[in-house]
Amino acid sequence: MSVLFDHIGELLTGLLVTLELAVLAFPLALLIGTVLGVCRVGPIGPLRAVAGFYVQCLRNSPLLLVLVMVVFGLPYVGATVPLFGSVVLGLGLYFGAYVCETVRSGVAAVPTGQIEAARALGLTFAGVLRQVVLPQAFRSMAQPLGSIFINVCLASALGAAVGVQELTGSARQFNLDHAQPIPSFIAAAIGYLLITLTAGQLTGVIERKVRIRR
Amino acid sequence: MKTTVLFDELGPRGKARLRIATIIAIVVVLGALVGIVLQLQHVGQLSGRLWSPLASWPNIRYLLDGLGMTLRIGLSCAAMSLVFGTVFGLGRLSPRRWLSLPAAAAIELFRAIPLILLVYFFLIGLPAFGWNLPPFWVLSIPIVLHAGSVFAEIVRAGVHSLDRGQFDAAAAIGLRRGQALRLVVLPQVFRALRPALVTQVIRTLKESSLGYVVSYPELLRNGQVLGEYNANFIQAYALTAAFYIVLNFGLSRIAELLDRPPRKRRRARVARVDSPAPAPLESVS
Repeated sequence: MSVLFDHIGELLTGLLVTLELAVLAFPLALLIGTVLGVCRVGPIGPLRAVAGFYVQCLRNSPLLLVLVMVVFGLPYVGATVPLFGSVVLGLGLYFGAYVCETVRSGVAAVPTGQIEAARALGLTFAGVLRQVVLPQAFRSMAQPLGSIFINVCLASALGAAVGVQELTGSARQFNLDHAQPIPSFIAAAIGYLLITLTAGQLTGVIERKVRIRR
Repeated sequence: MKTTVLFDELGPRGKARLRIATIIAIVVVLGALVGIVLQLQHVGQLSGRLWSPLASWPNIRYLLDGLGMTLRIGLSCAAMSLVFGTVFGLGRLSPRRWLSLPAAAAIELFRAIPLILLVYFFLIGLPAFGWNLPPFWVLSIPIVLHAGSVFAEIVRAGVHSLDRGQFDAAAAIGLRRGQALRLVVLPQVFRALRPALVTQVIRTLKESSLGYVVSYPELLRNGQVLGEYNANFIQAYALTAAFYIVLNFGLSRIAELLDRPPRKRRRARVARVDSPAPAPLESVS
């Protein structure tokens, strides 16, 4: 056990890397997902088709496959991205598909009357979306987006499989270096519990703050 | 479709604008595709040497073997996780604290830590104590624990969404709690959860890709080996991805079909019971 406390720094570094991955990948997913989501509810046929195709492809393949393709595939197509960056990119691309579906259902959850009122005021499609629908949709999406964030945190552990020393990777390394399986894995599990519990609480707070009372 | 609420039936000007936007979108999408193809060509990824191995039968069969293993582990894990999830989900609902607390703790723990951490624990943690499990179990026990915990929450939500009157009625005709669960609650919950059962299979199929980590010869792992052997990573992974996507897309279509309200099929046999709203099925794994 004392080994754990002597070298706890290694695991803390891993925890930090996990947080960095999630904090960078989540906004990327949000961006990709929102753009795709708008394409998906919009009137332009080809964009709807492309966004739908993207979502189906990404949601139906395992994240690890996406990560492996991005991490080991990008160099072959002439794009040299550092390992950390490509894991962020892979996570962003993958969870973008989930954000897109969340956006779509969030938009569907906005009452029809709101949209009709916005259109009656003469707003264009973009105006309706930007000024009336999306602000409300994002509020109702607080809960699902929160769980997507938690999922990004957990999924960033797959970075360990492609060589990023985040929390899981450092627990594994710790175990290889010091042969302390129980303490190292329990420490890592506690790290993840802390992240998910905090994120869950935070999501709840945000959800209550932004909830629309009707 | 509901999406049409967002925009009106277009007038002539709007139609013209939409047509222009559509043409621009097609051009942009095609341009992006051409750009990708040109870039692939530029770096030589389109050469026949890299793609031709995928057309040879031994290579395809190798991937199909992987697909078979993926199906084997995915389906068996799905089955086991259904049992695990039902037992733990109901356990969590039990009025007995000594049953509900451990069940809740297990569910929350396995949902809150990443699957791959569990896999590493079974892969390199347990052997330190002389427990050397075969790769199949190293991979499938974590998947069952993880996917089962997720399913336990789905079961719980399903039971919660059941009309309170069902329990009362069961109690009123003198059923004990266990009987009420078995005879009244579970049949209804499971009927409502049929789409979730298929989603569960998709989840375990996707999670089985962690065979890549434990060197279990499932689809992703075989794709990797194929890519290494023929030195055509992108091509091998592209085919692997196509396998996964076709398989899971087909399954998700089945889930959607099951999700439709049962219309005429059952009317003859069962008086219409308000089926509980299906639990949130969104799976992220």
